[in-house]
Amino acid sequence: MKRIYLDHNATTPVDPAVLEAMLPHFSGEFGNASSIHTFGQRARAAVETAREHVAALLNARPQEIIFTSGGTESDNHAIFGVTAASFSASTSSSSPHIITSSIEHEAVLNTCQALEKQGVAVTYLPVSRKGLIDLETLREAMRPETVLITLMHANNELGTIQLLAEIGSIAAQHDVYFHTDAVQSVGKIPVDVKAFHLDLLSLSGHKIYAPKGVGAIYVKGGTPLRQLLYGGHHQRGFRPGTENVAGIVGLGKAAEISRLSLDSDAPRISALRDHLEQGLLSRIPDSRVNAATAPRTPNTSNITFSGIDGEALIIALDLKGLACSTGAACSSGAVEPSHVLTAIGLPAAEARASIRFSLGRCTSAAEIDAALELVPAAVARLRQISPTYKKEVSAHH
Amino acid sequence: MTTQAHLDSLPAGTELQPGLVAVAMSGGVDSSTVAALLLQHGRPIVGLTMQLWNQRRLPELQGDGPAQHRCCSLDDVYDAKRVAQHLSFPHYVVNFEEQFEQRVVRPFVEQYLAGRTPIACTNCNTDVKFEPLLRMARQIGAERLATGHYARIRKNETTDRYQLLRARDDSKDQSYFLWGLRQDQLSRSEFPLGELTKEEVRHFARSVHLPVAEKPESMELCFVPNGNYVQFIHAFAREEGQPVQDKEGDIVTEDGTVLGRHSGVHNYTIGQRKGLGFTTGKPIYVLAIDPENNRVIVGEDNALRATTFEIETVNWVSIEEPTVPLRAQVKIRHKHEPAAGMIEALPGLRARITFDSPQRAITPGQAAVAYNGDIVLAGGWIK
Repeated sequence: MKRIYLDHNATTPVDPAVLEAMLPHFSGEFGNASSIHTFGQRARAAVETAREHVAALLNARPQEIIFTSGGTESDNHAIFGVTAASFSASTSSSSPHIITSSIEHEAVLNTCQALEKQGVAVTYLPVSRKGLIDLETLREAMRPETVLITLMHANNELGTIQLLAEIGSIAAQHDVYFHTDAVQSVGKIPVDVKAFHLDLLSLSGHKIYAPKGVGAIYVKGGTPLRQLLYGGHHQRGFRPGTENVAGIVGLGKAAEISRLSLDSDAPRISALRDHLEQGLLSRIPDSRVNAATAPRTPNTSNITFSGIDGEALIIALDLKGLACSTGAACSSGAVEPSHVLTAIGLPAAEARASIRFSLGRCTSAAEIDAALELVPAAVARLRQISPTYKKEVSAHH
Repeated sequence: MTTQAHLDSLPAGTELQPGLVAVAMSGGVDSSTVAALLLQHGRPIVGLTMQLWNQRRLPELQGDGPAQHRCCSLDDVYDAKRVAQHLSFPHYVVNFEEQFEQRVVRPFVEQYLAGRTPIACTNCNTDVKFEPLLRMARQIGAERLATGHYARIRKNETTDRYQLLRARDDSKDQSYFLWGLRQDQLSRSEFPLGELTKEEVRHFARSVHLPVAEKPESMELCFVPNGNYVQFIHAFAREEGQPVQDKEGDIVTEDGTVLGRHSGVHNYTIGQRKGLGFTTGKPIYVLAIDPENNRVIVGEDNALRATTFEIETVNWVSIEEPTVPLRAQVKIRHKHEPAAGMIEALPGLRARITFDSPQRAITPGQAAVAYNGDIVLAGGWIK
C-alpha cells in the first residue's frame, strides 16, 4: 500500500538535502564544537553557519539564536526564563502577570499553568470563531505588573495566523516582553522578528524538514533570560550542553531551504489545500471548514463532518493508507478532546467530528485526488453506522 | 482434545466469516491470544485498545510505584502495541474515557452509595465494549468484534437466534458478565477462546512467542488502581464535590434490637461476617444495608437464606421471552455454584426466580443469570 501523508503539522520527513548535510557530522566531522583543536573548530564553524541560516530565516542576528532540543524546550525556556528574570529584577511586591491565549500548544499552556502554581497571574485570552484574539481584549488585559505576552503565531490545529505585528506594537507600547510560539508558522509563511516587534520566538526543526530533537529560540539582544539548565558555557551559558552538531546543521540547512523555497511552496501548497477543501465540501454533505475565512497557513485544513467520530475516521483512513489527525494525541495515542476547537465555540459533538489535514512540500495533486476518493467513502460508512447522523439514508438499502 | 485440535476447530462459523475483524485488546494474554489465533486462521484483523480511565485521576489512590497490571494503565497499552508489532497487524488506542465514566464508573458509585453491591464488568461489556467499541469497529471497516472472553456464541439455525453459552472451561467461564448482550451485539461478536482452557491459551501464547505470554491475570476492578474500591468511591465522590458522609449508626437485628455501632453503611456488604466489631454466641452476618435509616441489619445464617427474589432490567439472551415459567440453573454471583429453580418472566422487563432450596446472600446490585445447561437463558439485576 502506498501511503499518503497529510499530517505535516505533526511532523515532516527530513529533506534529502538536509540529511545529506547532516551525515558527515555523525562520523568524519564528529568534533565537539567547544574543543580547541581542528575537529572542534570544524564543528564550531558548521554550528555557526547553521545559526546564520536560522537567523536569516527570521530576520534576526545570528547571536540572537540559541539552539535547543525543540519547540517544547524553547517555549519553556522563553516563558520561564523571562518571567523569572523579571521577577527577580522587580522591586514591587505584587506577583508578575502573563497574557496568553486559550488555543496555545500544551508546551505553552502547561508552562503557564506551572507558573500559576508558583504565584504568577495568567490571563488566557479567548478567541473568536475564526480563532483570532481580539486586540481590544488584549489591551484591556494589560496590567501594570504584566511582564510577558506569549501568543502563538499559527495554530497547529486550525492554521489560523494571529496579527503578530499589531500585537507586537501593543507589547512594545506597554514595555512588555513579547514571545511567540512560531513552531507552526516558520517555513510556511514569512516570519520577521523585527516587523513583529518580537523579543522571543520558538521554532522546531522537525516541522520544517529537519530532524526531531532540535529547535531554537530567538532571543532579542538585551532581553533578560534566566537559564533553564545549568552546566558548561555552551551557547554563552544560555543553554549549556554539548551542541547537537548534526541536528543543528540539519536545522540550518532546513532553514536555508525554507527561506529560498517559501515563495514558490506557499502558493502551490495552498492551491492543493483549496482543491482538497472544495472537493471534500462538494462531495460530503454537512461538512464545514473551521476558521475558513481567517488568515491561515497555506497547508492546514480543519474540517467538521457532522455526525461522525473523528477518531474512528482517522483509523478508517489510516487502514486505507491515508494519514491525518485529530486534536492532540496523549501518551497512549488515544485522542483527547481538542481545546482549540472548544475555544472557537464548537460544541463537543462537532469538535469530536473534526479532523485535520496538513499538507507538505512533497504533497502531490495525485495524492489529493486519492484523498478525495478515500475520505467521502469513509465518512459515508461512518455516518451509516452513526447513532447521531440520521439524515443520509444509504442508497444501497 | 489437544490444543492443536482446538485451534483447528474454532467455534462454528468463525472461519467462514469474511472481512476484517476488530480485536478488543487489553494487553493481557487472553485478548492477545485471540489476535494470534485469528491471524493463524488467515483472518485480517485490526487491534483496538480502549483507553477507559485516566490513571492520573484521583492521584491519592496511587501507590508508590507505577500502576501495574490494570487494564487501563499505559503499560497495558504498550503491551498490546508490542503484540501487534510482534504479529504485524494494525493497532490503535481508542478513547472511551467519557463513556466509561458515564456508563460504568458513575453507576457503580451510585449503586454502591445506595447500599447495593454493584458489578462494573457487566455494564462495561454491555454498554462500552459491545456498544461504542463495536460500533467503532464497524465504522472503521470491520464486520465483527472479537474479544478474549471465555464464553461461546452459537447460532440456533431453527430459531435464527444467537445463543450465548458457557465456556468449555468452566473455571474460566465469563458468561455471567455477558448476559446483557442483545441479538445485534451477539451476531457481530466472536469469542475465540470459548473452546479453550486457560492452560491451552498460555501454551498457544508461548508457542507463538507472544510478549505477554507470562503476564499475570488482572483480578481487580481495572479503574481502581490499588484494589481498594471503598477508598476509590470516597475519592470519586469527593472529586464530584459530594463527599460520602461516613455517618456512624446502629447495627440492628431484624426486630430492631441494637447489637452495636457501624462506621458508615458503605463499609459493609451483605453476607459479611468479619469486622462487625462485636460478638454474640453465634455467627452473625450482614443481612441488609438500609442507607435511608443509616442502619446495618444483621442476623443468623438462616436469615441470610432466601428462596425467591425478583430481578430487573432482564435480558432474555438465547431465547424469546417465555410465556410460562422455565426450569433453570441460576447463578447469583460470579463464584456461585448455579442452583436449580424456576424463572418466570414478569411485565416491565422483570422476572421472578424461585430456587428449589434456599440460597445464601442474594445481594441487591449483583446479577442473577439463568442457564439451561450451558445456554444462558436470561440475566438481570437483583432488586
